[in-house]
Amino acid sequence: MTLGWPELLGDAAAPEPEESRRGLFRRLRGGLSRSRTALAERIAAIRFDPDDDETWQELEEALILGDVGVQAAGELVQRLGRRRSIDDLGAALAEEVAGLFGPPPRLDLAHKPAVILVVGVNGTGKTTTIGKLASRLTASGRSVLVGAGDTFRAAAEEQLEVWAKRAGADFVGSNKGQDPAAVAFDAIEAGIARGHDVVIIDTAGRLHTQTNLMEELIKVRRVIERRLPGAPHETLLVLDATTGQNGLQQAKIFSQAVQVTGVVLTKLDGTAKGGIVIPIAYELGLPVKLIGVGETLDDLRPFDAADFGRALVGGDPGEDTAAD
Amino acid sequence: MFDALADKLQGVLGGLRKSGRLDEETIGKAMREIRLALLEADVNFKVVKEFVESVRERALGQDVLTSLTPGQQVVKIVHEELAALMGQGDSRLAFGRPPTVILMVGLQGSGKTTASAKLALRLRKEGKNPALVPADLARPAAIEQLEQLGKQIQIPVYRSELRDPVAVARAGLERARAEGIDVLIVDTAGRLHVDEALMAELVAIRDATKPMNILLVLDAMTGQEAVTVAEAFQQQVAFDGIILTKLDGDARGGAALSVKAVTGKPIKFASVGEKLDQLEVFHPERMSSRILGMGDVLSLIEKAEEAIEADEAVEMEKRMRSGEFTFDDFLRSYRMLRRMGPLKGVLGMIPGLGKQMEGLDVDEKQMARVEAIILSMTPKERRTPHLINGSRRLRIARGSGVSVQEVNKLLTARKEMQKMMKHLGKGKMPALSPQALGRAGRR
Repeated sequence: MTLGWPELLGDAAAPEPEESRRGLFRRLRGGLSRSRTALAERIAAIRFDPDDDETWQELEEALILGDVGVQAAGELVQRLGRRRSIDDLGAALAEEVAGLFGPPPRLDLAHKPAVILVVGVNGTGKTTTIGKLASRLTASGRSVLVGAGDTFRAAAEEQLEVWAKRAGADFVGSNKGQDPAAVAFDAIEAGIARGHDVVIIDTAGRLHTQTNLMEELIKVRRVIERRLPGAPHETLLVLDATTGQNGLQQAKIFSQAVQVTGVVLTKLDGTAKGGIVIPIAYELGLPVKLIGVGETLDDLRPFDAADFGRALVGGDPGEDTAAD
Repeated sequence: MFDALADKLQGVLGGLRKSGRLDEETIGKAMREIRLALLEADVNFKVVKEFVESVRERALGQDVLTSLTPGQQVVKIVHEELAALMGQGDSRLAFGRPPTVILMVGLQGSGKTTASAKLALRLRKEGKNPALVPADLARPAAIEQLEQLGKQIQIPVYRSELRDPVAVARAGLERARAEGIDVLIVDTAGRLHVDEALMAELVAIRDATKPMNILLVLDAMTGQEAVTVAEAFQQQVAFDGIILTKLDGDARGGAALSVKAVTGKPIKFASVGEKLDQLEVFHPERMSSRILGMGDVLSLIEKAEEAIEADEAVEMEKRMRSGEFTFDDFLRSYRMLRRMGPLKGVLGMIPGLGKQMEGLDVDEKQMARVEAIILSMTPKERRTPHLINGSRRLRIARGSGVSVQEVNKLLTARKEMQKMMKHLGKGKMPALSPQALGRAGRR
C-alpha cells in the first residue's frame, strides 16, 4: 500500500477521503507514467534470463541510465544475483530498493511550532515545494507560516508570497539584502507569537562548493536552534531528479553543514528517475521523505520506496491500490 | 574523487613497460578506467560506449611518447578527442537585421532567467543595444525577477499584461522594432520535454518571433537524461546552441559531452556564477579536463611534452657546441622559437639584448619561406649540408618555390651560425650582433 499523507504527517487516525485519494493517485500515475513508459520499454525488452550474462548487463545499463551510478548499479545487480529465483524482476528490484531506504518516512511535526528548514542548490524547486507542503499542511488542519529566507535572488520573496497565498499560509518577509538568519529568527518569533503549528523557512539556492554561502547556512541553522532549542525539527534537502552523480556530493556537503533529515526529490514528472537517491541512501543513510511530480499545488507526495523501486524498472506504482 | 581515479589508473597501468607501442591489452585496460571516469562524470551511457570505441580504434598502434606510461598516453588521446568533440561548431551568436531574436529554452530551474540577463549585459558590453522579454507567465514572480535583473544592469524589460506567452513575445518584438533595439532576448518558462502542450507553446513562440538563435540552457549537473531532453528539444524546437550553467559547482559536467555528441550543437557560453557578469565563452579544453577528472594525469602529460622539447634542446646544444649545426637543428630552433611567440619579444627578453633588438626586424613570412626551403631538403641533406651541390640546390629551390639565390643565402647563413656555435662551444663569446642573428631570417 502506497504511503499516504496521514502516515507521513503522523495523522494516522484521519483517513483520506476515497475521492481525493483516487484523484491524487491518478495524478501520480500520470506523473510517473511518463517516466515509467521510457524505462518500462527498456526493461520489458530485457527477456529476463538469470543465466544470461547479457541480461544482467542490460539491467545494469538501465540502472545507470536512471542515474543510480555505476557502483550502486553493480551492488543492486549483485544482490539480485544472490537470490535463488526471480519470477518478477520489477518486484524483486522494488524489494531491494525498498530495503535500502528503511522504514517509511515520517515528518517530525510533534512540536509547536514544528520548524522545517528547506535547503538545496539553485533551481531544484525549494520555493515551489514549500508552497505545496504548506498547502498540504493547511489542508490537514494545521496553521502554517512561511519565512522568506532567500534574501539574495531577485523576486524570491515575491515568489514565495504568491505560494503562501495559494496555500493559505501566513507569510514573513524581509528587507531585500537582509541577513537570512535574521529572517529565520523573525519567522520563528512570529510563528510562536501567532500560535502557528508549523514554520517553514525558505533559503537561497547555493552550490555546496561555495564555502561562504555554506557558512551562512550554518549560521541560519544555529540562529534557529538558539531561538528554539530542538529546531529545526526537519531540514529538507531539495534535490532535482534530473541531477546526476553530483547529487551525492550535494547531499554529503549539505548534510555535514546542517544535518539534513530528509530529501525531497523533485521533477519526477519528467523522464529522469532520480536514481541518485539510492547511493545517497547507501552511503549517507539519508531517507527520501517527499517527491514532487508537477508544478501545481497538489503535486507533492510522500515517498514510497517500493513504488520508487518499481518505477525505476518500469513497474506500476501502487499496483495493489484500486484503479481509477 | 579525481585523485582516486588518477591513482587507480596509475595502479592498473603503471606496471606496464614505459615505452613502445600501444597494444590492445594496454588500451583495453585503460579504456575500462576511462569508461568508469566518464560514467561517473554523468556522460550518457550510450555516448560513452561510442566514444570509447572510437578512441580505441585511434589509439591502436600509436607510439608512446617517451616519459609517458602507456596508460597516460591513452589518457592524452582521450583528452584530445574529447576536446575536439567539445570544440566543434560555431560558438558565436548569429545576427541579422535588427532586432535579432534570441530565444532561451530549457527545463525548469536550469537558469534561463539569470542567463538571459547575463547575455543581455554581455551583448551591451559588446556594443549592442539589447532588451529582454519576460515570457515566463507560469512561475510566480518570474516577470518581477527579470524586471529586477533588468534594473540592476539597466537594460529594458518589455513586460506585457497579456496572458499568453506567445502574445507577450510578439508584443515584445514589435516594441523592440519600434524602439530600435538590436537584440531581443526572450526568456521562457521552464518546461518538460514530455509536456506536449508546453512544447507546442514553445514552437508557437518560436514561430511568432523567428529567432536567429535558440539557446538550450542546460544545468551542468544534469545526469543521464540530458540526452533525452536535448534530443526532444532538438526535434521539436530545433536549438542552435547550448548555454551550460552552474559550472561554478563541482559537477563534472558530462551532460555537456552527451548533448554535444548527440545533437552536434555547440556549447556557446558557460555560466560560472550567480553574478550577472559571470558568463564566459566556452573553453572546450578546460571542459574536457573537467569531465575526464584526471587533472593530475593531464598535468603529467603536459610536463612530459615539455620535457621532450627540453630533451631535444639539450641534444641540439650538445651538437652545436661540438661544431655541428644541421638544418634539422635549424628547423627545430625555428619551431621552438615560433611556439614561444613573436621572435622579437622573446629575444628582447634576454638581458643585454633588449636595446639591440630594436634594430632587428623579424619577418615571420620570411621565416616561413626558410622553413619551406629546409623541408624541401631530404633528411640526409639536412643532416649533412655540405652535400648540397648545384643540382640539389636547384631541386630544393623548385620544390619550395624560391629562387636558387635564396637557397644559397640560407646555406651561407647556416655555415656562419655553425661557426658562431663553435666559438660559443669553445668559450669565446663573439658579439651576438642583431645583424648576425637577423641574417638567418632575412633574404
